[in-house]
Amino acid sequence: MTDNYQVRDVIDKETLSTVRSVGGKYKYGFSTDIETEYAPLGLNEDIVKLISKKNDEPEWMLDWRLKAYNRWKKLKQPDWALLKIPEIDFQDQYYYARPANMKEKPKSLDEVDPKLLETYSKLGIPLTEQKKLAGVIEENPEEMSENRKVAVDAVFDSVSVGTTFKEELKSAGVIFCSISEAIKEYPDLVKKYLGSVVPISDNFFACLNAAVFSDGSFVYIPEGVRCPMELSTYFRINAENTGQFERTLIIADNSSYVSYLEGCTAPQRDESQLHAAVVELVILDDAEIKYSTVQNWFPGDENGVGGIYNFVTKRADCRGRNSKVMWTQVETGSAITWKYPSCILKGDNSSGEFYSIAITNNMQQADTGTKMIHLGKNTNSRIVSKGISAGKAQNTYRGLVQIGGKSQYSRNFTQCDSLLIGNKCGAHTVPYIDINNSSARAEHEATTSKVDEDQLFYCMQRGIGEEDAVALIVNGFCKEVLQALPMEFAMEAQKLVAISLEGSVG
Amino acid sequence: MLKIDNLKVSLEEEDKQIIKGLSLSINPGEVHAIMGPNGSGKSTLSSVLAGKDGYVVNNGTVKFDGSDLLDAEVEERAALGIFLAFQYPIEIPGVGNMNFLRTALNSQRKTRGQEELNAADFLKLVRSIAKDLEISDEMMKRPVNVGASGGEKKRNEILQMCLLEPRFVILDETDSGLDVDAMKLVSRGVNNFLSSSRSFLVITHYQRLLNYIVPDFVHIMVDGRIVKTGDKKLALHVEETGYKDFLQLGKEKH
Ligand SMILES: Nc1ncnc2c1ncn2[C@@H]1O[C@H](COP(=O)(O)OP(=O)(O)OP(=O)(O)O)[C@@H](O)[C@H]1O
Ligand SMILES: [Mg+2]
Repeated sequence: MTDNYQVRDVIDKETLSTVRSVGGKYKYGFSTDIETEYAPLGLNEDIVKLISKKNDEPEWMLDWRLKAYNRWKKLKQPDWALLKIPEIDFQDQYYYARPANMKEKPKSLDEVDPKLLETYSKLGIPLTEQKKLAGVIEENPEEMSENRKVAVDAVFDSVSVGTTFKEELKSAGVIFCSISEAIKEYPDLVKKYLGSVVPISDNFFACLNAAVFSDGSFVYIPEGVRCPMELSTYFRINAENTGQFERTLIIADNSSYVSYLEGCTAPQRDESQLHAAVVELVILDDAEIKYSTVQNWFPGDENGVGGIYNFVTKRADCRGRNSKVMWTQVETGSAITWKYPSCILKGDNSSGEFYSIAITNNMQQADTGTKMIHLGKNTNSRIVSKGISAGKAQNTYRGLVQIGGKSQYSRNFTQCDSLLIGNKCGAHTVPYIDINNSSARAEHEATTSKVDEDQLFYCMQRGIGEEDAVALIVNGFCKEVLQALPMEFAMEAQKLVAISLEGSVG
Repeated sequence: MLKIDNLKVSLEEEDKQIIKGLSLSINPGEVHAIMGPNGSGKSTLSSVLAGKDGYVVNNGTVKFDGSDLLDAEVEERAALGIFLAFQYPIEIPGVGNMNFLRTALNSQRKTRGQEELNAADFLKLVRSIAKDLEISDEMMKRPVNVGASGGEKKRNEILQMCLLEPRFVILDETDSGLDVDAMKLVSRGVNNFLSSSRSFLVITHYQRLLNYIVPDFVHIMVDGRIVKTGDKKLALHVEETGYKDFLQLGKEKH
């Protein structure tokens, strides 16, 4: 194993340390004025039963939830992350909120409340079966070969309000629907796989999710099918003082392929809100899943007031031989991010990749990374993490690479780069490496640098304003990860990088 | 066009004066050359004109088209038409040349209230300039200056100049590191670019460049001041005898 830790320190710059306010610049901070039904405040068995009832669930599902709830009561919130988490009163939250007129689930998109459709269209996600997301207007037409289709499942607070292209996908054999629907329509698939990657008692937040998750997306790609379009789920928190607990389950059967993207935003509010999601991916022989996230929850204002607390458990189980998974995440939002998308490389020759950009500005805190658990022979993993901190933010990469005794000839490569803007922020790298056989190799490289004064001057001398120059340099720093995103979203992510850093210099 | 009057500049970080009372006036269409020993302050002067942080102006004024240049931000000066070809061009990893050039050009156009250039017109323009300077497509696809040789970086500076069409250009030792052929290419680029409304400040250590880019005036800079001004013959004199005749002049003025 080589452990090559290199610190590249460039001239510190005083101008860069002056952090201006970015309050009000969050583009998605509006809220939708819509009549909302809440479950009573707090959490107890009755709430769990109520959520199950609202979703019209079968008994086995309720039992599963109650089991989770009873486990959760005995668990403690984890405190090992480099995060300062204000005390969360789990009884002072709503666990279920849905637009009142969603009581009867609309049968088609035509029946969805126009106010909801308008909300998504304002976010750049029109729920119509048009060729692409309007929010992703390609600026370099010559680089865009064709406008590929993107199917969207839209989750608003606790419920899915609609899914596009369902019929077209169905004719290809692909199931793409909300998880609440899947529980009713495809109980055998759900029973077989739900909780098989992230068991109910996996951790405090996953266990809470198992008890109270209200909706989310379900995908099944049958054997031999290459999903004909990108799938995506768009999560929107609207209701006040309400947690969002969604659950996503994706199964790629033998020799299938799917690329899936998740996006998230929330209104700008003074109260922090909780988001605790679970994502489970199951990948069978020769199958591949690409899972991309553009996380842009409200980050709180420049003084750290408000924002989403994002506690997410994401795990991919590469069960099959030659199975592949690729996690790509662009984490720009949330006041607190606690998230470690992981890969369990069980099948021989399976591979897992993790590409991450985590940007923290102002008072944001992120503790994020991945776990690569190598169990099968000849398994491969690759980690590319780019952490950017500005303002007074703290950004931690935490990663585990574990290669088991029977996982012969397995390989890991980790590249972990941090970029600092100004001198009040922090970047931390916490790699754990645990190798249990002599034929395996893990390589770890890490750098920490500052936005270079000469690079900024060079850009600005060519006429580029300071903020644009920072965005350009940071986008360059993140390039490897941006390139891993589906083309439709790479542009959007680039702009997001720029927006998240607004006010970080001056 | 540019009028520097008794300029004194010191470093922000330490109390050390680098430019010690420099005056220089450049009219539209003129080419001025500055020669001077290492460390005499030539690059510092370029940096101050372009607006780099880290310097304090203790005295004097710099007027560009009659208004105070030192008040303007770096990118505003660029949009006014001031271009600095760097002695050591900077690398920007991960940022493609095309993206960089397009961002720069459109930022300047925006600052000047002009419309942005569309992708097709931009490509046509860049390709024709690159062709003249014999810069390959492969080179244009690379990140800005990353992995480029010294000479390639200098040629890239000239490409940027041609694209951005500035009115006042500082070439800070653009000739250093160029082979004979590249020197001719670059000089041709500069000469094609010359016009009655553009001015040049050419910093160089070698008279050779001035055979290709013929200056109207040659200034000798010693210890933060211009100690002698002449025509192109002055450069020949320096080439032959070095700076020994001028070092004394620098001291006398103290
Ligand atoms: N930021 C700085 N910090 C410390 N010293 C500086 C700085 N900038 C310039 N100097 C000093 O100022 C003096 C002038 O430097 P400058 O780079 O302007 O010289 P030059 O005339 O361009 O030299 P050369 O011909 O070698 O390029 C030198 O002594 C240099 O060390
Ligand atoms: Mg110099």
